[in-house]
Amino acid sequence: MSEKKRLEKILQGNEACVEGAILAGVRFFAGYPITPASEIAEGMAQRLPALGGVFMQMEDEIASMAATIGASLAGAKAMTASSGPGICLKQENIGFAAICEVPCVIVNSQRGGPSTGLPTKPAQADVMQARWGTHGDHPMIVLSPSDVTEVLNITIKAINFSEKYRTPVMLMLDEVISHMREKVIIPPKEEIEIIDRKKPTVVKEDFLPYKADDDLVPPMANFGSGYRYHVTGLVHNEKGYPTSNNKEIDYLIRRLTNKVELNKKDIILEEKYLLDDARVAIVAYGSVARAAERTVKLAREKGIKVGLLKLITLWPFSDDTISQLASQVDLIVVPEMNLGQMVREVQRAAEGKCRVISYSRVDGELINPLEILAKIEEEGK
Amino acid sequence: MNNEIVQYLRKEMFPNIWCPGCGIGIVLGAMLRAIHSIGWEKDEIVMVSGIGCSSRITGYVDFNTMNTTHGRALPYATGIKMANPSLKVITVMGDGDCAAIGGNHFIHAARRNIDITAIIINNMIYGMTGGQYSPLTPTGKIGTTAPYGNIDQCFDLTSLAVSAGASYVARSSVFDVIQATRFIKKAFLKKGFSVVEIISDCPISFGRINRMRTPAEMLEWIKSITVPKNKWEKLTPEEKEGKLPTGEFLDINIPEYSKNYQEVCIRAQQGGKDK
Ligand code: SF4
Repeated sequence: MSEKKRLEKILQGNEACVEGAILAGVRFFAGYPITPASEIAEGMAQRLPALGGVFMQMEDEIASMAATIGASLAGAKAMTASSGPGICLKQENIGFAAICEVPCVIVNSQRGGPSTGLPTKPAQADVMQARWGTHGDHPMIVLSPSDVTEVLNITIKAINFSEKYRTPVMLMLDEVISHMREKVIIPPKEEIEIIDRKKPTVVKEDFLPYKADDDLVPPMANFGSGYRYHVTGLVHNEKGYPTSNNKEIDYLIRRLTNKVELNKKDIILEEKYLLDDARVAIVAYGSVARAAERTVKLAREKGIKVGLLKLITLWPFSDDTISQLASQVDLIVVPEMNLGQMVREVQRAAEGKCRVISYSRVDGELINPLEILAKIEEEGK
Repeated sequence: MNNEIVQYLRKEMFPNIWCPGCGIGIVLGAMLRAIHSIGWEKDEIVMVSGIGCSSRITGYVDFNTMNTTHGRALPYATGIKMANPSLKVITVMGDGDCAAIGGNHFIHAARRNIDITAIIINNMIYGMTGGQYSPLTPTGKIGTTAPYGNIDQCFDLTSLAVSAGASYVARSSVFDVIQATRFIKKAFLKKGFSVVEIISDCPISFGRINRMRTPAEMLEWIKSITVPKNKWEKLTPEEKEGKLPTGEFLDINIPEYSKNYQEVCIRAQQGGKDK
């Protein structure tokens, strides 16, 4: 049994992110110093050279994003990490990765905003930016782990999704998860599923760089592999050339979003906890989901039937699960460290079938289990 | 167009988008002649551009090509070069692209001395957006956003590249395409960050508004403002006013970034930071 090979380590969230990325095959990282994400860059600087990988500290956040995308096109699994102010700067190039279908992972260790905000305190106020931060209709996969072990495992998932769907993936941490230390079990290599981008199989002359397979994802040739092609942020046709043909424009813009939407089943990761008989559901994500799990236990001790839906994948959104849940429960509470961002998605998906309320905290402190419980009791009266 | 360079073009992309008389095609020809005379394989070349008229070059050439975001050709190229140092990485930028929005990247690519060639097509204006003044628009010239004359000082990219740490720095113009081709070839072959600025004509967005209605008038003007380096050095400050030196300003061999990085990997593999 592989029990022996299971390595246990006490890791900080940011260190677990480095560990997961390296296990998933990340061999290029470009970054820029920023709190609370800097330990990810430091870890990469320490680890990658020994693996023959590349760490680069770039001149700014924009360059970090650009270099990450360039490296991915040259064949490396590539990642960058930052926090709010830096993520703002990366947005234009994230859009480039989306339209050019370049796999890459962007870690956002969230701090309070806007602007410089609260560099050393946690928040969840970037979840809408994660989805819609760059302009134009575009796909986005956004994942949000809630403890350090999950950071490791979900980082691997993030890399895999980016490779599988050829799209940027955002990994949302927060200041607390980034800096909290916990025991992490590092899975042995043979137990980890690793997904690599699919390569073209056609002869070079027949290669159409943006001709998608049935899963709507085109095979990807690495620069220098002999399949020469053009990559442009202009709307392009299957050949990769700029187009002003309405049909070709419509096809690309819809395909980009649909390749994520139609593969939702594979991409949506969520966990249900004591929901079967629940009359009240908490929908939570990130570090708040952890507090919410405790709330469920406390509520049940008091005889209130509360359950938890923990969202790991924030985008694409769990419409179907929420819709079912709304048919079952009387009340959904959405605690968030923002003024109520994902709660609107929950309300939309619940379609008026139950009450959906927000519980917000934006003072730089984590939400604790008792506050959520108090909210449930107050609403239940 | 002669055969030796036609093989490097994506014929299905033609006709091109450039205006008649534009200098960008001359620079494209010079780059392709340089590549041909070196004998590089198409598969090993990556050409990266930003945004602007000159950045459209990458669409027309049959290499691994990329038309990225405004000003960012160099950091994209840096990622490519570091992920696969065996690739020949060339960036093509305009003056606004390289010197304004991409200025910081230009400085730091030079500082790292990474083995990338930066070809800057300097037509002294934002051509694609219709003639707004750029950081390289000469003081006193007219732009659509400087209708009463440009009061900004325009700066010297070659001096900047020299002081920032590049290995090879030269300036030529579309008027002297033989010299430009020679400089481009040397830049391509240099192991390190190499820069060739080529003064080019934009008869549509710069010429018309500055009373040079034809491409020929623009070329005449370029000829009149460019002075070979050795002659330039003898000019008085007054005579230098409004003129630009051409020639090679730097040609040295210093440690290159992707090579240095290999040493970092070896040190890390030996398990010590100080070995
Ligand atoms: S606007 Fe100027 S630079 Fe652009 S294609 Fe026309 S002539 Fe050339």
